[in-house]
Amino acid sequence: MIAGAYALPSIVVFATSALLVLVGAVGVIAAQNPVHSALSLIMTLFGVAVAFVAQSADFLAAVQIIVYAGAIVVLFLFVIMFLGVDRRDPVRVEPLVGQRAFAAVGVLITVAGLITLMARSHWVSGAISVSSGGTALATGQGNVKQLGTAVFTTYLFAFEATAALLIIAVVGAVLLARRERVVENEGSDA
Amino acid sequence: MSAWLGSVDPLYAHGVTFAVFAIVVIRLVAAFSVLMGAVIVMIWFERKTISDMQSRIGPQRWGPFGLFQTLADGIKLILKEDLIPSEADRFVFKLAPYLVVLPAVITFAIVPVGGTLTIAGHSVQLQAANPPMGILLMLAMSGISVYGVMLAGWSSGSKYPLLSSVRASAQMISYEAALGMTIVTIVLATGSLSTHDIVTAQGHGILHWNLIRLGVVPFVVFLIAITAELNRPPFDVVEAESELVGGFHTEYSSFRFAIFFLAEYMNTITMSAIMVTLFFGGPAGWIPNVAHLRWVFPILWFLVKTVVFAFCYVWFRASLPRLRYDQLMDLGWKRLIPLSLGWMLIVAGFIVNRAWGFAMAGVVLLAWLLLTRAFELGHRRERGASSVLAPVGERPLPGEVLRARTDEEEG
Repeated sequence: MIAGAYALPSIVVFATSALLVLVGAVGVIAAQNPVHSALSLIMTLFGVAVAFVAQSADFLAAVQIIVYAGAIVVLFLFVIMFLGVDRRDPVRVEPLVGQRAFAAVGVLITVAGLITLMARSHWVSGAISVSSGGTALATGQGNVKQLGTAVFTTYLFAFEATAALLIIAVVGAVLLARRERVVENEGSDA
Repeated sequence: MSAWLGSVDPLYAHGVTFAVFAIVVIRLVAAFSVLMGAVIVMIWFERKTISDMQSRIGPQRWGPFGLFQTLADGIKLILKEDLIPSEADRFVFKLAPYLVVLPAVITFAIVPVGGTLTIAGHSVQLQAANPPMGILLMLAMSGISVYGVMLAGWSSGSKYPLLSSVRASAQMISYEAALGMTIVTIVLATGSLSTHDIVTAQGHGILHWNLIRLGVVPFVVFLIAITAELNRPPFDVVEAESELVGGFHTEYSSFRFAIFFLAEYMNTITMSAIMVTLFFGGPAGWIPNVAHLRWVFPILWFLVKTVVFAFCYVWFRASLPRLRYDQLMDLGWKRLIPLSLGWMLIVAGFIVNRAWGFAMAGVVLLAWLLLTRAFELGHRRERGASSVLAPVGERPLPGEVLRARTDEEEG
């Protein structure tokens, strides 16, 4: 069933995007240099964008690149360069004691959760795309219209709550970063 | 599958045959070679025009009017020694030039150069690709081209290129917001993301051009923001030679430097073309009712409009002084982003109906007054006794003292 439902081109596209995502993800944690990690992250994001295009979610793919690759990772790099953390500090000393054990437990829980999800839900039972589970995803231009309607009607509350969350984060960051400056020599301040 | 492909491009409507494949390949090769040829002419054009504006002669030795000067320079650059600094991150250093040049080439693919042609029964759009995400591809690619500049500076392992790449990342992100907002305005008015539809919607005469239909404000914001994205003068703080030696490409030589140079001019041409597409109707214009001229004229119109903008960029470079870095940030965040956001809201209001439009205009006006007041207060706190921020760009001596001294010296 599964093998019959997929045409060769879509398998190739899927394999390519999966490879990009996986190699990038491994690169993020394996690279010694933080800048190389950030570059690997971009590769992962590209892989996800390819997967979006394969699911005919063109708009999401474009936004993925514009927002994540085009803005967020650029800010990561900006901070890395600005603070000069790329000068290869040996991270041999664990800042949090016992974090490796916790990480292992976390990985186990996540993988177990994923496997349970995969075993129970419909999208490994032969559905060609995620979209065929619910309402059909419109192709091309209709795509954007559908997304806009969903965001501004059905999911309006969640959307606005996210927006408020982001604003709170920005205002908080500004407030924390702001330091009242003590003026030493008020006389010469012309 | 074929129905979906047909909705993307009418070329694929009857399935993908060998002829269709051949047309696609020819279209791609043509677009690429046109762009490369245009770069050569553009470099010559810029050097010649700036020489004229500065009362010099400019290139004149190679070919008629020095036309082959660029070719000669290219050959010279390729034959030079390729240096990689010992402090450089070798892999990223080699990767960076390609991250600049690829987005430049890809963006040109979505520019509609002419109308629709019929070749051997297939209707062919004169643009290399017409993806459903359309103009968003341009935004995505300009997001990627930041990496080329940033990583080139960082991987050089040198002080000035690093400063340049920090500047580049901040500058290009700041102006992307204003850029995106003006594009949203256009997409709202057109009701489609695809560049083909944007051009078709403007095809009914000069009053339907987005320049006039949306008011002139989005165009002005777009022109400023795109110039900043390109790092062209007067926004070229990234490669300010008086402050940063050569900026992000200081350590580059030979072919890799040539690639940066190529990408810069490719971007200039592509962005001129994008501006024509978004605001000036692309290939729209008067067409004579003669058999073959009917498809030649749109291409000519497109070329003429693009050359006008290419000239504008050269003109900017020759006449405008470079902005200081803090002025650049002020212009981006305090002027362009609020302006483009407000204008987008007004346009959105008028698309609903007239009453909403005027209501939106009122709200935006109110917000503008509030914002002006906030800037005023902030400015006072910056300077006054209760200042919270260190003054940026302040000279060690007060302005009046400096002026008095220069007046004395000049007599």
